[in-house]
Amino acid sequence: MSNDARTEIRTFITTKFPDVTFSDEEDIFALGFVNSLFAMELVMFIEKAFGTRIPNEELHLGNFRSVALMADLVARQTSAAVG
Amino acid sequence: MTNVGVVGAGVMGTGVAQDLAHHGHRVVLVDNNADALDEALAKIELDCRMSRMLGGPAIDAEAVLAQITVGTSLDLLAETEVVIENITENWDLKSALYKQMDVACKADTVFVANTSAIPITKIGALTSRPDKVMGVHFMNPVPMKTACEFIPGYHTSEQTKDTVRALLDSIGKKAIPVNDASGFVSNRVLMLTVNEAAFLVHEGVADAKTVDEVFRSCFGHPMGPLETADLIGVDTILYSVEVLYEQFNDSKYRPCPLLKKMTDAGLHGRKSGKGFYTYQSMG
Ligand SMILES: NC(=O)c1ccc[n+]([C@@H]2O[C@H](COP(=O)([O-])OP(=O)(O)OC[C@H]3O[C@@H](n4cnc5c(N)ncnc54)[C@H](O)[C@@H]3O)[C@@H](O)[C@H]2O)c1
Repeated sequence: MSNDARTEIRTFITTKFPDVTFSDEEDIFALGFVNSLFAMELVMFIEKAFGTRIPNEELHLGNFRSVALMADLVARQTSAAVG
Repeated sequence: MTNVGVVGAGVMGTGVAQDLAHHGHRVVLVDNNADALDEALAKIELDCRMSRMLGGPAIDAEAVLAQITVGTSLDLLAETEVVIENITENWDLKSALYKQMDVACKADTVFVANTSAIPITKIGALTSRPDKVMGVHFMNPVPMKTACEFIPGYHTSEQTKDTVRALLDSIGKKAIPVNDASGFVSNRVLMLTVNEAAFLVHEGVADAKTVDEVFRSCFGHPMGPLETADLIGVDTILYSVEVLYEQFNDSKYRPCPLLKKMTDAGLHGRKSGKGFYTYQSMG
């Protein structure tokens, strides 16, 4: 699950920014190519692709800093929905 | 608290409605396209939810949405004190609308035109209340911008200016007064810049990314002109350049054919998911 999420999230980002290379753990905001518009697109993408609504308390940059953190967020949401 | 009507629920009307509602005003948001109203509410909700994450204050999306009533009929404007008009930058559409609003609203309702380039005096002349028609050129995205151009028409009264200035104050917008002329100050310069940037792409001098890179890296601008075009709406840029061309009869405002082709093809920028760049769409 988490690996699939990582792949999907990574694909979404690299389609937008094909010239940038980064690891799953790297802080993509620190790399400087992510702006506020893209942060909003990330939230919309994750909610749509994984059929989840991210609760307000989870909507903070800390959860979106890296591919791994976003995949963890997805895992939390989907397990919350199941459990 | 003011009862404000917002007509046109596109890029600008959505931002204006959100900003007013966030500051405690009652808002009636009207668009003749019901889908635009649905999208506007979804966009307002997302924007409020995202506010804290993007470094702004935490905003209660439900409280903001509770301040907003939406509908497709101008009859909803009957009780409003101020109406802010934000429909498509098209003279025929705007002239038909102002005549209808003149009937649908109370005689003392103030009309605020949020246009990119149409002279305010010309809009005032469409109504039986030119003293109560004022131009405010809001900046986009409205909730994030702290200033706007403040444009009285030839007949605009002092009382109307005071009413509008007070409303702008209440939503934290500095009103910068400029005189009435097509494009005001901002768009006389900005629209020509964006139009010329489009010509550079059209002629193959550089691609959009490179044009923007020059403005970002060499001039230190936070956004290049073509990213800005996508933010504003490529169609809105074209219509605004066309208005400038009509108003001044000066060939320096000739619209770039690429803007026409993109507008016809539906490449309207962020709002349609694709313009000079591609975006994740809301839908
Ligand atoms: N986009 C910007 O950055 C910007 C900035 C300042 C001013 N403006 C001006 O604000 C106005 C709106 O621009 P926008 O970017 O929001 O356009 P938009 O195309 O995003 O939205 C226009 C909306 O008006 C609606 N509409 C059209 N005719 C109507 C009618 N008769 N009655 C009710 N609704 C109607 C459409 O359905 C649409 O939802 C234009 O005059 C534009 O020049 C735009």
